[in-house]
Amino acid sequence: MNGLSVPEKLSINKYELDESPHIKVDQEICRKRCQNRVCLFICPAKVYNEQNGELAVDHAGCLECGTCLVACTQKAIDWQYPAGGFGIVYRNG
Amino acid sequence: MSDYDAIVVGAGPAGLAAAYRLAKAGAEVLVIERGSYPGAKNLSGGLLFGRILRELIPEFPQEAPLERHINRYILTFMTKDSTFNLDFKGQGFSQEPHNGYSVLRAKFDRWLGEKAEEAGATLITNIKVDSLLMENNVVKGIVAGEEEMTANVVIAADGVLSFLAEQAGLRDRYNPANFAVGVKELIGLDRTTLEERFGLTGNEGTEYAMLGYPTKGVSGGAFFYTNADSISVGLVMHIDHTSSHQVSPSEVLEDFLAHPAIAPLIRGGKVLEYGAHVVPEGGYNALQKLFTDGLLVVGDAAGLGSNNGFTVRGMDLAIASGIYAADTILEAKAKGDFSAATLASYKKKLEDSFVLKDMKTYAGAAAFMKGDRLFNAYPKLVEGIFTSIYTQQSTPKENLLKSVLKARKESGVTYMSLGSDVWKAVKNL
Ligand SMILES: Cc1cc2nc3c(=O)[nH]c(=O)nc-3n(C[C@H](O)[C@H](O)[C@H](O)COP(=O)(O)OP(=O)(O)OC[C@H]3O[C@@H](n4cnc5c(N)ncnc54)[C@H](O)[C@@H]3O)c2cc1C
Repeated sequence: MNGLSVPEKLSINKYELDESPHIKVDQEICRKRCQNRVCLFICPAKVYNEQNGELAVDHAGCLECGTCLVACTQKAIDWQYPAGGFGIVYRNG
Repeated sequence: MSDYDAIVVGAGPAGLAAAYRLAKAGAEVLVIERGSYPGAKNLSGGLLFGRILRELIPEFPQEAPLERHINRYILTFMTKDSTFNLDFKGQGFSQEPHNGYSVLRAKFDRWLGEKAEEAGATLITNIKVDSLLMENNVVKGIVAGEEEMTANVVIAADGVLSFLAEQAGLRDRYNPANFAVGVKELIGLDRTTLEERFGLTGNEGTEYAMLGYPTKGVSGGAFFYTNADSISVGLVMHIDHTSSHQVSPSEVLEDFLAHPAIAPLIRGGKVLEYGAHVVPEGGYNALQKLFTDGLLVVGDAAGLGSNNGFTVRGMDLAIASGIYAADTILEAKAKGDFSAATLASYKKKLEDSFVLKDMKTYAGAAAFMKGDRLFNAYPKLVEGIFTSIYTQQSTPKENLLKSVLKARKESGVTYMSLGSDVWKAVKNL
């Protein structure tokens, strides 16, 4: 086992960092309607975390897989691809 | 007059196959890719079935950056403490034309992009298409930033999330039951160690599909492929099941890599890359509309994926759909009619080909795989039977039938469900 944490694995990847976030969450929907906080555990890049009851997003590590978009049945996540050329750059894939 | 005969959005295997075919036939084609090169955004487990690509580009085995040809397929039922393998090595798979190859997409897609350019297609990278250009519900082109470009037909080859097909009203928003999340690690291992460890000669390679413990009972499975000097390893887990089981794919992957049967296979390896991607898993029954006036949808964007539990398959279906889309556009061009009525022959071509035939064959697989028993009870059952057969104790051995009966009882599998699952498996897989 390699025993690397998710942030350690992400740090091996290559990214072209886009300053403007491509993920936004509707905190109102999260607070009022979300039962299971699926984004917190399902995101393979651990982009989502909870800070003082609010959902925080660290878009920099996003793998652009789209899992959160599919999994959030409350549709609280406004998720787009980063601008052309930005984001994850797979060297192997 | 349109700027192009066709604009292809997305330089994955689906879009590039279409572009190659169109350009070869002399059509004006533009491919737009948001990544900095084809493949920069793309991920797969990595087993490419070669048959259809051979029809498109016969010289590909000599030219494409292929890792290894796969001639050994191992299916593993795994519990926390045991593994049961069905191990198939086909000497026929060692001969040209090879059945399948392991590939790495950043390399493979890039090569396919070069082939499309050589054939005469124009490829622009680093540009994200924002939307379709529509006029009275007819697709006229694309919008990217301030730019508008027109085409007789747009091909939406923009992958599993296809925002373009959605904008055109061809698909619903995502139903978690129809998608899986794939997580993957690429582990570098020097060539000699790799070949010794897996018993490989030359360019031979091995594929493993693993069920049960790898996904912690969530429907899906693990894959494991040998590359030239690395290993592709990962999980595919249905999103609805992952949500309801409340498990984290990245943590499940870590546990899988630490399993006593897996850890020695990757020992000494170095993580080279970590990635994830959604996979279309709804199969035939979840297919959405494939065309409208001025638009064709190909590959993952159209939901053309097939997973029967043993193989995740999408690349060859993507390539095939790209070919049929291109052929349809060439026919439409000859007629000078790009309406839905003409483009409908794309669907017909898919239906007549292995693409929709195979997907139809496995139409029940997605639902069958969601049955919990396949991932929990059966691996336990197999474990029970073989533990009993091979365990030597001071007490006399029970006969095989007794062991099986006892293991069945302990696994919680009922005769009724066993019978019905065997029937379903025979029917669906
Ligand atoms: C973990 C995993 C394992 C898999 N294993 C296998 C396997 O072993 N064998 C197999 O055959 N298949 C496998 N698949 C499936 C396979 O990867 C897909 O079916 C295949 O990539 C589909 O090809 P595509 O061309 O349709 O889409 P993609 O390869 O996803 O390409 C879509 C392209 O469109 C681009 N794009 C998207 N939106 C825009 C936009 N708005 N503007 C510009 N560009 C855009 C993207 O950057 C991308 O390059 C696996 C998938 C995963 C995730």
